[in-house]
Amino acid sequence: MSRDIKVKKGLDLRLKGEAEKTVVDAPRSKTFAIKPPDFHAVVPKMLIKKEGTKILAGEELFFSKYNEAVRFTSPVSGTLKEIVRGDKRRILEIVIEADSENSYKDYGKMNASSASSEEVKNRVFESGCGAFLKQRPYDIVANPEDEPKAIYVSAFNSAPLAADLDFILGDKKAAFQEGINALKKLTPGKVYLAVNKKVASNLTDIQGVELLTVSGPHPAGNVGVHIQNTDPINMGDRVWTVGAEDVSIIGNLFLTGQYRAERTIAVAGSASKEQDRKYYKTYIGANIEDLIGEVNDEQTRVISGDVYTGLRLSNKQYVSFYDNTLTLIPEGNNYRMFGWLPFTYNGIPSMSKTSLSWMFPNKKYEVDTNLNGEERALVVTGEMEEVMPLDVFPMQLLKACMTGNIEKMESLGIYEVIPEDFALIDYVNTSKLEAQEIIRLGLDLMITEVG
Amino acid sequence: MEWIRQRLDKIKEPFSKGKKFEKYAPAVNALDTFLFVPNHTTKKGAHIRDAVDLKRVMITVVLALIPALIFGMWNAGYQYLSQIQAEVGFWEALGHGAIKLIPMIVVSYAVGLGIEFAFAIFRGHEVNEGYLVTGLLIPMIMPIDIPLWMVAISVVFAVLIGKEAFGGTGMNILNPALTARAFAFFAYPTYMSGTKVWVSEASDVDAVSGETILGKLASGNEVAYSSMDMFSGLIPGSIAETSTICILAGALLLILTKVGSWRIILSGFIGAAIMGLIFNSLGGSFPDNDLMNFEWYNHLIIGGLAFGIVFMATDPVSAAQTTKGKWIYGFLIGLFAVMIRIFNPAYPEGIMMAILLMNVFAPTIDHYVIQGNVKKRKKRVKAQVKTA
Repeated sequence: MSRDIKVKKGLDLRLKGEAEKTVVDAPRSKTFAIKPPDFHAVVPKMLIKKEGTKILAGEELFFSKYNEAVRFTSPVSGTLKEIVRGDKRRILEIVIEADSENSYKDYGKMNASSASSEEVKNRVFESGCGAFLKQRPYDIVANPEDEPKAIYVSAFNSAPLAADLDFILGDKKAAFQEGINALKKLTPGKVYLAVNKKVASNLTDIQGVELLTVSGPHPAGNVGVHIQNTDPINMGDRVWTVGAEDVSIIGNLFLTGQYRAERTIAVAGSASKEQDRKYYKTYIGANIEDLIGEVNDEQTRVISGDVYTGLRLSNKQYVSFYDNTLTLIPEGNNYRMFGWLPFTYNGIPSMSKTSLSWMFPNKKYEVDTNLNGEERALVVTGEMEEVMPLDVFPMQLLKACMTGNIEKMESLGIYEVIPEDFALIDYVNTSKLEAQEIIRLGLDLMITEVG
Repeated sequence: MEWIRQRLDKIKEPFSKGKKFEKYAPAVNALDTFLFVPNHTTKKGAHIRDAVDLKRVMITVVLALIPALIFGMWNAGYQYLSQIQAEVGFWEALGHGAIKLIPMIVVSYAVGLGIEFAFAIFRGHEVNEGYLVTGLLIPMIMPIDIPLWMVAISVVFAVLIGKEAFGGTGMNILNPALTARAFAFFAYPTYMSGTKVWVSEASDVDAVSGETILGKLASGNEVAYSSMDMFSGLIPGSIAETSTICILAGALLLILTKVGSWRIILSGFIGAAIMGLIFNSLGGSFPDNDLMNFEWYNHLIIGGLAFGIVFMATDPVSAAQTTKGKWIYGFLIGLFAVMIRIFNPAYPEGIMMAILLMNVFAPTIDHYVIQGNVKKRKKRVKAQVKTA
């Protein structure tokens, strides 16, 4: 079964520095790290406290303080090197010095299709694969006690320069299929798989899913768009989403009994070295030094993830848990004389017609991180709606979040959105409003007030 | 450029964080960012940002105003000189208008920006660029002979009561420029209406008539202007409102750059045309009412209607914010503007009142548009409860 979704509103930004479609093995990182801040709202409780302890890949590192069933395991085998803490002793990174070869903790093989739901669920959560399941509303790690009404997987990442997930899964199809079989046991509803309609997909023959063929500009690949077009979230609903490559990790768990946290990472962006722009096979939490070496971070912004939603990294830090892309773009810490004059500096892409860049729809741009202005009051209207394919009023919802008006947030559809849906609004809005942050804070408020 | 930058950085030093004049930083920053787009980089959220910023948007509106401004300046001189001498030179007319108009613009900017800067320092935020447009609009919609101190007081009222009292840029309910005009209109009616104010020197020189077409129609006098005069703007009126051609040129820039909402502009004209047509068809029963029998298309090109719809109604802050809401808002402005013209002889021009009225109702329009979305959501929940 397949279903078409046509996205009309949005923005495709063509950027220089796409990753070449060749997969290579990354040199084995000496250290890997799991970063608890990647799991929003999880308060980590360490299981292994002593630095220097030997651990296997798939062995538990920590669990969520408020829900012991949510467990997080080590992506590689080695010794616990360091627990990096920040303010108020908040754990920032758990660094593992990796063995040269992984040795795995054995969870035992299981046939996901014939096992019971209970067994599948237990296996997924005890192995740490529960971290891959993310719950909507709120965009947080799923709660094992819930039964989601549907599960969504998107193999279409429409963000500029983002890794092509469909391509990554090309040689992992068996594991991916088994992962889908397992996910099917976790929900009484459907498992949806979204692919890009414009390219020939590797995944059209995956069994047991409702296939969504999506076309249109970014954010066409965002799960939020797919949910709204198939089975919108209402108050009280729980929907889970899983990253495409994560499905194959879950699949491998059932096929081999091992937690193989393999991660393929695309290095892209105009500030990356041309020979580096490839897909690298490594494990979750890889050190970026092994992929891109050392960069001058005065001049280069290293982003784990895509340019809209990613996390800024410094030298020798680690790729975030869920990310398949490492983007490098130049920093924009320079002044532009009279840069506010309309129709000047057309080399900077702009959705606004006050720049002439719309005349060159096929040009590929090199973007930097300059804010191109300063934060101002909300004045211009209508521009947010142009990049918001969801059926919500973005500006009104943002204002409701800013004022913390819970009733209004609910009626305007806060349950249907997560920060990434507002990433394009971050980008286009004239007032330089931090829309993603406002939505995140709004969702956090909902978690504490409504739950 | 490098050299200027270094000088600026030096000047700015005592205003930086923790230094003596830190409090006054917004004022210096406002001047600095006028020369250079700052080197700020993204700290959170999306790592890349669009090239557009508020300054660019506001400057685009200022550019769109330029044709009407220049024409208004020239027309101010022409209307006066053509009544007292046979031949009027281009520079002569422009010069006469410039001497009157430029001081008004200077006063408007000086007073308005002064208040804006003071509030930015007082409240500790950056100076918003909105006043760049408001400050130019205010003199453009005044009669040419209004004393400068009245301009100044109107500006003070508009910025303090119309804008800052509501929380500053982005929060105001009424269009600030129209608030200034409405204030002057009610505070100094003899300078803002009647038969003597719409042409330069008309109140002092007896030979010069200073009546607008709408004024003539309302009092039943003969109108000696052709439709072409009205369209090109060779008629008396507020300084920059007369030339429909120049206003449409500005409208074109606003629409092409998407800075002004084409929905509001289009629906505004449609609303005015429909109201004009309705009255035209009723006009047969009231042969004495000249305004009713005035052709509907002429209604669109005289008075401030075109200027108001293109430059005032499209102010995004005080207009409706939803797409559907914009259609309704613009349509009703056009409708009411012509209706007030015809029904209320005290206000020969209705566009100012129509826009201010719809400014007040814009949030209500939006509310009902948004309720549609909210209801859809509630219905979904209900349907789910039923099936479960």
